[in-house]
Amino acid sequence: MPRLLLLLALAFGLAAAQPARAQTPTLTIYTYNSFTSEWGPGPVVTKAFEATCGCKLEWVAVEDGAALLSRLLLEGKNTRADVVLGLDTNLTAEATGTGLFAAHEMDLVGLKLPIAWTDANFVPFDYGYFAVVYDKTKLPQPPKSLEELISGDRSQKILLQDPRSSTPGLGFMLWIKEIYGDKAAEAWTKLKPRILTVSKGWSEAYALFTQGEAPMVLSYTTSPAYHVIAEKSDRYAAAPFAEGHYMQVEVAGRIAGSPETDLAKAFLAFMVTTAFQDQIPTTNWMYPVVEPTGGLPPEFGRLVQPAKALLFPPEEVAAHRKQWIDEWLQAMSR
Amino acid sequence: MIHRLVPGALTFLLLGLVIGGAFVGLLSAAGSVDVGTFLLSPYTRVVVVFTVWQALLSTVLSVGPAILIARALARRPAFPGRTLLLRLFSLPLVLPTLVGILGVVAVYGQSGWFNRLMVGLGAEPQQFLYGLPGILIAHVFFNLPLATRLLLPVWGAIPGEIWRLATQLGMNSPQVFRLIEWPLLRQVLPGAAGIVFMLCFISFAIVLTLGGGPANSTIEVALYQAMRFEFDVGKAVQLALLQVAICGLLVAAGQRLVRDVPLTPTVQRPQDRPDVAAWGGRIVDAAVLLIAAAYVLLPLAAVLRSGLAGPVGAVLADETLWLAVGRSLVVAVVAGSLATAAGWGLLLTSRELRLRRYRPQSATALETLASLVLVVPPLVIGTGLFVLLSPVADVFAIGIALVVVVNAVMGLPYVIRILGPPVMRAGEQHDRLCASLGIAGWNRLRLVEWPLLRRHVATSLALTAAFAVGDLGIIALFGTQDTATLPLLLYQRMAAYQLDAAAVTGLVLATLCFGLFGVIEWGVGGRGQR
Repeated sequence: MPRLLLLLALAFGLAAAQPARAQTPTLTIYTYNSFTSEWGPGPVVTKAFEATCGCKLEWVAVEDGAALLSRLLLEGKNTRADVVLGLDTNLTAEATGTGLFAAHEMDLVGLKLPIAWTDANFVPFDYGYFAVVYDKTKLPQPPKSLEELISGDRSQKILLQDPRSSTPGLGFMLWIKEIYGDKAAEAWTKLKPRILTVSKGWSEAYALFTQGEAPMVLSYTTSPAYHVIAEKSDRYAAAPFAEGHYMQVEVAGRIAGSPETDLAKAFLAFMVTTAFQDQIPTTNWMYPVVEPTGGLPPEFGRLVQPAKALLFPPEEVAAHRKQWIDEWLQAMSR
Repeated sequence: MIHRLVPGALTFLLLGLVIGGAFVGLLSAAGSVDVGTFLLSPYTRVVVVFTVWQALLSTVLSVGPAILIARALARRPAFPGRTLLLRLFSLPLVLPTLVGILGVVAVYGQSGWFNRLMVGLGAEPQQFLYGLPGILIAHVFFNLPLATRLLLPVWGAIPGEIWRLATQLGMNSPQVFRLIEWPLLRQVLPGAAGIVFMLCFISFAIVLTLGGGPANSTIEVALYQAMRFEFDVGKAVQLALLQVAICGLLVAAGQRLVRDVPLTPTVQRPQDRPDVAAWGGRIVDAAVLLIAAAYVLLPLAAVLRSGLAGPVGAVLADETLWLAVGRSLVVAVVAGSLATAAGWGLLLTSRELRLRRYRPQSATALETLASLVLVVPPLVIGTGLFVLLSPVADVFAIGIALVVVVNAVMGLPYVIRILGPPVMRAGEQHDRLCASLGIAGWNRLRLVEWPLLRRHVATSLALTAAFAVGDLGIIALFGTQDTATLPLLLYQRMAAYQLDAAAVTGLVLATLCFGLFGVIEWGVGGRGQR
């Protein structure tokens, strides 16, 4: 019995040692997990904004962009969010449909984006291009186009993500759709033998890739920059595709019913200043939407510059996603 | 003696609040529910068939060998490294799925150890992992040790007198198995197999990642898709109910195979079994244990290796890690204790139903119902509770408490399997004596039950605590930056490209669980117990 009591006392001691939550008035921002993690832009951005706003930022982090939208849909008008950061253009049509978002009322013409930005509710804060990242030591001759990827050597496999559970997976599906249109199903059927597996999320596929399971993985053009900057390794590179690369644009918006309207507006404005944008390249590993102080890191200059930026309008994705996913399922499970 | 039904009622109240509340919450958020079109689509049928098929195969491949392994362990109660092996066997249960997958891939993958060995021997490297074989290899890795741990207590229940009789009759090994072990195994096998079946049934990341493509997919994937990408809560509820219905039917069917074997009270004198000395048996046991150890330990060794190859110092020097360790420990210990207490309570009630009220069917139904918690996806429980509670409470402020409660409820099935047989036995053997001496209530618990059950309580506490440490499904829904536990930290590192640091975090997590197991079994299980 004494041992048991000792253990119980220890357990309760640990429980009591958990820091209490401070109850100060704050700006609440919903985002995805990796944004606020220690290694994401969150910590530095928080410090910079809190230094100027005289307020406190509270981050609520969920798994990913899709989880962010489903949380908003569940909460509806009762949401505690003042700002939502981390949706992408594949989700904005549905997000607008909730009626929860207020217009940003900002002039975004000066933003450095490869496409024209017209959305009245959402402010883009970074963007990236999907790309096939390959291992130079295993694949000296990477495919130079989607067509070459699809009809190339079947023994050189690629790791993909499931469009039903992952943003890059959805991005790649849209990429194929954009290029092949009505022939997308045939393209998938042709590509199928080259696919080693289709994982739940990006992390699984990327981890298998770095463990050497396949010479190619679907990721971003910016992925090699991490390996160069953080690991001093140029083993991995992105393959430039002749048809162009599909984009992901990440956005934030403010909630219409929020009591902190001014703070929310201030945050969205802050988001497109260098204090925020400087963090994006080397913490979120995406392209910033304004020129960072001192320019992009030199390693970014060596990255693939897509010949063409591809992106479906949000409404089109929202209208056809289900049908396109079913088409993909049909082609892939045959 | 109506108060003997109270503990079980309390447990069911907890269960009802969490699971019922979740479904109520979800249904309130669901629009019109369109049952027919989706459930009857050809793809859904393919998925349902595949889900059941792979879960059945995984169960057979996990539980079948587990019988051999548990038997070998029971026949050799004192070989060096036995305790260590059993503790290491608890690790696959708690590894975050992704870490486990990477361990399996490091052994059996394209450039894994197995293939390097093949190349070293001059053979062609084999690609066999992606597809059904990969799913089965990974499921067996995760569930074989669990099944072994669930089955092992069967042998502890065999009274010494039976072994003496078996020795006097000169029984050989197959006779021992057929006449003594099998009838007892039959009592717990459906329950243990049921748990493994359900875990494989709802397996998601393993099936997708190692399945090779969407042709190999489970219902859980469709459920995730409905919840996350189609925002179709009605469809998600249907799928969740479909899962519960299929598993409920199959597990209930399994329960019909159970035949109760009443054991008469004995003096519990230890006695060796007759078939331990034979050399044939020794060789078989050694081979079984070596193969099992290699199968389970190789992927673990890969996890250890990639962890040690990472930036160990930098990760360990990080304060965030230790805060997460602290939180994980608290969640584990509190959730484990709650699960064990609730499960014990439920078992006291089901024992009352079985032994005194002669309602064994009600007792079985009670236990089966509580076990079905396993197939209600965490995403459904979490989201449902979220919808239910967010209008009345600050869900993120009570996030950790929710994580604890949901994990405790999800731990119930394990407690019932582990603690169930010994609780029944304690009742069968001591009910009459206690009644005649007038020992009841707290005194009975303290003087009669605790000494008998202590070891099993420790096992179930250790197991449920370890499961809670490994939880990701619930914490991902309710965790914020201030409440990150170790598995969440690990996934955050992965998402930020820090695969090496994530590997170290995985190793820390495994070490923590290993330590927790040891401490609980030492502290709660008592001296001289295995």
